[in-house]
Amino acid sequence: MQRRTLLKLLATSLSLPLAYRLGATEESGSPWKRKLLLVELKGGNDGLNTVIPYEDSTYYQLRPELAIPRGEVLHLRDGVGLHPALAPLLPLWTSGGLAVVQGVGYPAPNLSHFRSIEIWETGSAADEYREEGWLVRAFDKDPPSHHFAAEGIVVDGRELGPLVGGGSRVLTLKDLDRFEKQAKHVESSEVKTDNPSLAHILAVEAAIEHAADELSLPDPFSVTFPSTAFGKALHTACRILAADKCPVVVVSLGSFDTHTRQAQTHERLLAQLAEGLNVVHQALSEAGQWDNTLVSTYSEFGRRPAQNRSGGTDHGTAAPHLVLGGKVKGGLFGTHPDLKDLSDGNLKFTTDYRQLYATILERWWNIRSAGVLGDNFEPLGFV
Amino acid sequence: MATGEDQKKLGPSDARHLLRRVGLGIRSDQVAALELVSRADAVSKILGECHTSTILPQPDWAEAPFIPPADIKAMSDADKRTFQQQRRQQGMDLRGWWVAEMLSTPSPLTEKMTLFWHNHFTSSLQKVKSPQFMLRQNQLLRRLALGNFRDLLHGISRDPAMVVYLDNVSNRRGEPNENFARELMELFTLGEGHYTEEDVREAARAFTGWGLNRQTGTFEFHPRLHDEGIKTILGQKGAWNGDDVLDILLKSPQTAIHICSRLWQAFVDPRVEAGVVADLAATFRTGWSIRDVLYQLFTSDHFYHPAHRAVIIKSPVDLVVGTLRTLGTAPRDRRILPFTLRGLGQDLMAPPNVKGWPGGTSWITSQTLLSRQQFLRRLVLTQELTASAGGKDGEEPRPRRVADPTLAEPLDVNALCKHVPDGDRARARALGELLLATDPVRPLPEQLDPEEVLSFVDAALQDPVYQLL
Repeated sequence: MQRRTLLKLLATSLSLPLAYRLGATEESGSPWKRKLLLVELKGGNDGLNTVIPYEDSTYYQLRPELAIPRGEVLHLRDGVGLHPALAPLLPLWTSGGLAVVQGVGYPAPNLSHFRSIEIWETGSAADEYREEGWLVRAFDKDPPSHHFAAEGIVVDGRELGPLVGGGSRVLTLKDLDRFEKQAKHVESSEVKTDNPSLAHILAVEAAIEHAADELSLPDPFSVTFPSTAFGKALHTACRILAADKCPVVVVSLGSFDTHTRQAQTHERLLAQLAEGLNVVHQALSEAGQWDNTLVSTYSEFGRRPAQNRSGGTDHGTAAPHLVLGGKVKGGLFGTHPDLKDLSDGNLKFTTDYRQLYATILERWWNIRSAGVLGDNFEPLGFV
Repeated sequence: MATGEDQKKLGPSDARHLLRRVGLGIRSDQVAALELVSRADAVSKILGECHTSTILPQPDWAEAPFIPPADIKAMSDADKRTFQQQRRQQGMDLRGWWVAEMLSTPSPLTEKMTLFWHNHFTSSLQKVKSPQFMLRQNQLLRRLALGNFRDLLHGISRDPAMVVYLDNVSNRRGEPNENFARELMELFTLGEGHYTEEDVREAARAFTGWGLNRQTGTFEFHPRLHDEGIKTILGQKGAWNGDDVLDILLKSPQTAIHICSRLWQAFVDPRVEAGVVADLAATFRTGWSIRDVLYQLFTSDHFYHPAHRAVIIKSPVDLVVGTLRTLGTAPRDRRILPFTLRGLGQDLMAPPNVKGWPGGTSWITSQTLLSRQQFLRRLVLTQELTASAGGKDGEEPRPRRVADPTLAEPLDVNALCKHVPDGDRARARALGELLLATDPVRPLPEQLDPEEVLSFVDAALQDPVYQLL
């Protein structure tokens, strides 16, 4: 079916005006009008203390010291609540802009940081080894137009993550001002070469030069971003998204790998997360882009239900993730894993993480997900 | 294979290529020393200069008494905090120590090989936590870097840092930990696809009982924890222990192929040529001499073939240390160098995961390319405003271009051009060939006046080709 026809259908059924926020030169019907901001929680976030089954006595048995006291949990519904540090997100929950997806994981979970994050980033199964990030495969299906500075941008990260394999179509940068200053010196060349290493460098130079023009951006926000590294990265991300310069931006926060002394670290990180996401909501709303943006967390795994002997938790499996955005239909999605039905002491997943991706691909971007993920995964209803 | 070729003089082009690949940066005096000898003699000389321990003394905390984990746990919170801080400081000292060795060593190949093995038999300070353990591992790797691979494999498997890194600390009968067995097969010896899950499980059983003495932090075998049963590994059945597994893996032809592939990719070309690698592997597995296989590699025609020139992307160490050595300088405060390397993606002593640094094109992203170019630009050229004496009225003070003032030694452009013939054209050509592995993308000036050397060097270092070996 032609994208235009489909869009018309969607528009009618959802009572949207057809001329739906068409950007500068983006073809109408292109998925890339809609933006994705990914927030990687590095190291494996302890989901059980993030989205808490406060009415389940097993929770307190498994975590005599580490459990969040019942009275401090922020109640959502169905006996499930949030860690108190996530309080800044409550207004969004109440207004329906926050979706909490429970029990996200995959079959035959891998407990190694690098292998599991590789699985998440490449959208593969535990026994599949794929080289490109799932987003790169999505871009292959429907290449974003050249008016973007890049197809994907990683802000203040060392690895390309879900953008790996994107070659020169993806950028990494620390912050916009530094990028602009340094990129000024780059002059790309049209040289053709058989040398694959040189070709790569030339392609990256060309990408920088192309992006440098596009990424000379104003700071249009009146809201103040936190002065932490995370806050600054979110600020950069919002400037890029608000100016419609890139469909996907990836930032990260960490480290959530709380093997020891978890209580304080986790609280501090969740507070940063909530504060940051809240500011993103305010900033993008101010810029009129909140309805065009989907924000989602992801992480290599959750953590073991039972606390360990060092005041922390070890590598686990399934965990909840947060999705926010102007068009999000908020609420609780999926099922909380059963604490009485563990596998090798770890939670059994109830939502395959590729369902999360399928939702973004199909329902946010209108791209057939089977082609990207290699199989059909049922989208969820949060958008 | 002694041919007439072997007796020929190496010549300047091959000499530069050899030095570029086996060294950290190249200087014209090194080229001059090698270009008149034969290929065989040049390689023998370089290999002969390798040594088994550092020139610089080890950090003073290296021999401090081992503090058992139980004692650490029992510390008061305040003492624990002090202890962690001390460890963090030692961790940075450790990195600084290695960078200092790389900068000053008369044998950069020794350090390149130590780094090669560090990237192969990976362990990371992040998980191992003890800077002492990581230091000793580094010393083990250097001692055997060009030695016997069988000894290296056995040694690294018992190395306390490795034991901790791959969870062999708690590998007991009934609850075998598969981490070490898996990485041993997948990464250290056979490579992916040449063993089964069953092999991993059986090998894990063979390594039960391996661990560390909790009081001394040294390797210890605990017989009571060892699974003495029959295991079948790579089709071979027996009551294998850990050492037996290592020897079984060495017997597999695949191990030599895997290691030689990695050596090829590190020194010749990211694109592996199976036939050549098979030849190297044949040498390697008879006797397991790393020095011998490197000799074969560095004297082979393949090594010098034009198709393999300028195809390796410099690692952060190659770029940063190599450039400093080439220019004959270093920052006054050398402690920043490990941070520079980390910023470019190579945090020494802390590779990102057990696979090590993937290297190749992954070194170059938009962010790292910009950072690399900025580092090089600062090194060679910075703008210093000076009032122009006798300048016309109302004229802006003109910027004077000098090398980074935080350098310990000013760039000695005469030293750079020392063995370069006189004459502006000759100087331009010689300096260009010294600095760049192949023709620049953006042509350099054809004539070079001695006053303009700094600008010339800046242009060469900013060229994309400077990122290549």
